[in-house]
Amino acid sequence: MLTPFQYLLSGIYLTRYILYSRHELLLFEALQEGLEEEMERDIRVCVMGEDVGHYGGSYKVTKGLAKKFGDLRVLDTPIAENSFTGMGIGAAMTGLRPVVEGMNMGFLLLAFNQISNNCGMLHYTSGGQFTIPIVIRGPGGVGRQLGAEHSQRLESYFQSIPGIQMVACSTPYNAKGLMKAAIRSENPVILFEHVLLYNLKERIPDEDYICNLEEAEMVRPGEHVTILTYSRMRYHVMQAAKTLVNKGYDPEVIDIRSLKPFDLYTIGNSVKKTHRVLIVEECMRTGGIGASLIAAITENFNDYLDAPIMCLSSQDVPTPYAGTLEEVTVVQPAQIVTAVEQLCQ
Amino acid sequence: MNSASCAAKISTQPFSLNPTSPTSHDRPLVSPKPTSLFLGSTRKLRLSSSSKLNLHRRSGTVVAVSDVVKQKKSKSTHSLLITKEEGLELYEDMILGRAFEDMCAQMYYRGKMFGFVHLYNGQEAVSTGFIKLLKQQDSVVSTYRDHVHALSKGVPARAVMSELFGKTTGCCRGQGGSMHMFSREHNLLGGFAFIGEGIPVATGAAFTSKYKREVLKEADCDHVTLAFFGDGTCNNGQFFECLNMAALWKLPIVFVVENNLWAIGMSHLRATSDPQIYKKGPAFGMPGIHVDGMDVLKVREVAKDAIGRARRGEGPTLVECETYRFRGHSLADPDELRDPAEKAHYAARDPITALKKYLIENSLASEADLKAIDKKIDEVVEDAVEFADESPVPSQSQLLENVFADPKGFGIGPDGRYRCEDPKFTEGTAHV
Repeated sequence: MLTPFQYLLSGIYLTRYILYSRHELLLFEALQEGLEEEMERDIRVCVMGEDVGHYGGSYKVTKGLAKKFGDLRVLDTPIAENSFTGMGIGAAMTGLRPVVEGMNMGFLLLAFNQISNNCGMLHYTSGGQFTIPIVIRGPGGVGRQLGAEHSQRLESYFQSIPGIQMVACSTPYNAKGLMKAAIRSENPVILFEHVLLYNLKERIPDEDYICNLEEAEMVRPGEHVTILTYSRMRYHVMQAAKTLVNKGYDPEVIDIRSLKPFDLYTIGNSVKKTHRVLIVEECMRTGGIGASLIAAITENFNDYLDAPIMCLSSQDVPTPYAGTLEEVTVVQPAQIVTAVEQLCQ
Repeated sequence: MNSASCAAKISTQPFSLNPTSPTSHDRPLVSPKPTSLFLGSTRKLRLSSSSKLNLHRRSGTVVAVSDVVKQKKSKSTHSLLITKEEGLELYEDMILGRAFEDMCAQMYYRGKMFGFVHLYNGQEAVSTGFIKLLKQQDSVVSTYRDHVHALSKGVPARAVMSELFGKTTGCCRGQGGSMHMFSREHNLLGGFAFIGEGIPVATGAAFTSKYKREVLKEADCDHVTLAFFGDGTCNNGQFFECLNMAALWKLPIVFVVENNLWAIGMSHLRATSDPQIYKKGPAFGMPGIHVDGMDVLKVREVAKDAIGRARRGEGPTLVECETYRFRGHSLADPDELRDPAEKAHYAARDPITALKKYLIENSLASEADLKAIDKKIDEVVEDAVEFADESPVPSQSQLLENVFADPKGFGIGPDGRYRCEDPKFTEGTAHV
């Protein structure tokens, strides 16, 4: 026999289960789901990129979409990044809502002309006459021995471009949410995915939801130190957090998600609480997201800091092929633990 | 218009690549092809031997248009290429282009406009010949030499002049300038400073047109896009990449090459392995046409064909217009490299003089009609300058407007509100 209290509890759980029913999927499936839902919702949404159609995408994010929506809505392009990105921009100016895929984010270096000059600038130089509701997305980051050119982090290169927004997804939940928000946004958005996160599994809501493009995500509230991170490094940070908790520390972990602009509210509130900041990022130290974040925090919250901001970034080297070298190129959990211990002295 | 006697006066020696400079160490590369191909289309163009079509490769025909047009004209002396109304429209558009650009030069030297200003004098036949055939919903994409494309497309002279003066009443609110003319109303998609970067944008506009027809099921959507660019651009990757994509997907686009032989100080012949640009069309599976770009009627005939092809869904065309700019590359260019003989040759083929002669000789218009148009345009241009002079300059609060279509993109400030909701935000600089 259940007590009245237990009936009440099971009633609440049942209601939540019905109201907030979920399904489990992998991150790349979440991206695909988001994309598919937006394509169903708005017929102007289309996809362009290499092998996105018949091949289903090199990381299967567009799997099945060409069969469902046709070859024009899911367009297999020739290998001409600069031109098909520009084509996406022209299409966006004339009424469509393209999602341009860089097969690997690194390939978008070839599209830098279009992304910087046209994607970022045309709304401004046209005096506001033309909007460019384009989404540029693709996998980046350091993978498993993919070599220097396939292991690039372009967020640091693109961050100065005025007129664009940049977001980085890290879980199936925010991947789908950010994909949908980016497509619905009137601004050009670059969505950074990570090669090693595509197979993450999570239960996400069945109902329609989006994630705010400009907001950061509170991963683990804490009191002693603010750790700001994004994309894959979130997982290294959480791994380090386990060790830190065992050692008696209480880190607050924030996935900044919005790489441009920064969510200064969430970040600021955290700094005001903990007075210590550690940034853990995968891009390189020089000119990285962390560098900009340090500047922003120092400018806005200097009075609240009890210690200089620490920033752990990847080494300023082309990512080596050898596994042992690649491992020390990126920040590892042990380094994060050491850094926090140092910061909290 | 171009009598045979003209050809006889032209030296058969190709223009020397380094005419007078004794210090040049360049050995002029001996080209197996006749470099005098560009001395006027009175010379018959060689029809490409690949005119035997290999249908499997879907290559297009290379056409010598001067022959086609001559045939048309000789069929009947009573059938003219244009009506009186059309003739006057073409004349007015070209005069507007010329008068406007001349005024720009004046204003520049008087310190009313700044930066890089690239004038279109001499090339009016191309802009008028093509753009006057378009509907409002058709799109035009240009380069930095875009004032006259804007005017031909219908952007008011006032709006263009104001933009050049950097005033808020300019077509881009003063934020674009000479090289970035845009008009949503008239479907002018720019105005681009880097060569080649407008061609993919034009390809995208053509893609939208096809998408509207096939996906959005707007069956009557036959919007065409024209991409204008120069000879220098034809050695750029984006040109070739877009020729490929346009032909591949049969996009409703016309690639219009304004070959004026010079890319600032770089002669087309010194920069290009095969200077006959029109031949590059069939390599990608579309027709490549060469036309005398100093003759607005010839350009118009070719344009009709090319635009018609695109409207019917038959795909893109590459049109190479042999033309010439009477002024330097920009108002900052001393223009010392071009041979005066070359300039004189093309000055004698001024498209406006030629059209005027045609209209009068064929009794389509009288001297008085044309003078009335000249006067009218003078007034339009004067009015444009006056309007621009009297318009206000942008205030500082305009600086951050239009950076984002959705200003939430400026992000969330430390106080939890979106920055764009803070009225003081526009007074400061845009912090990330």
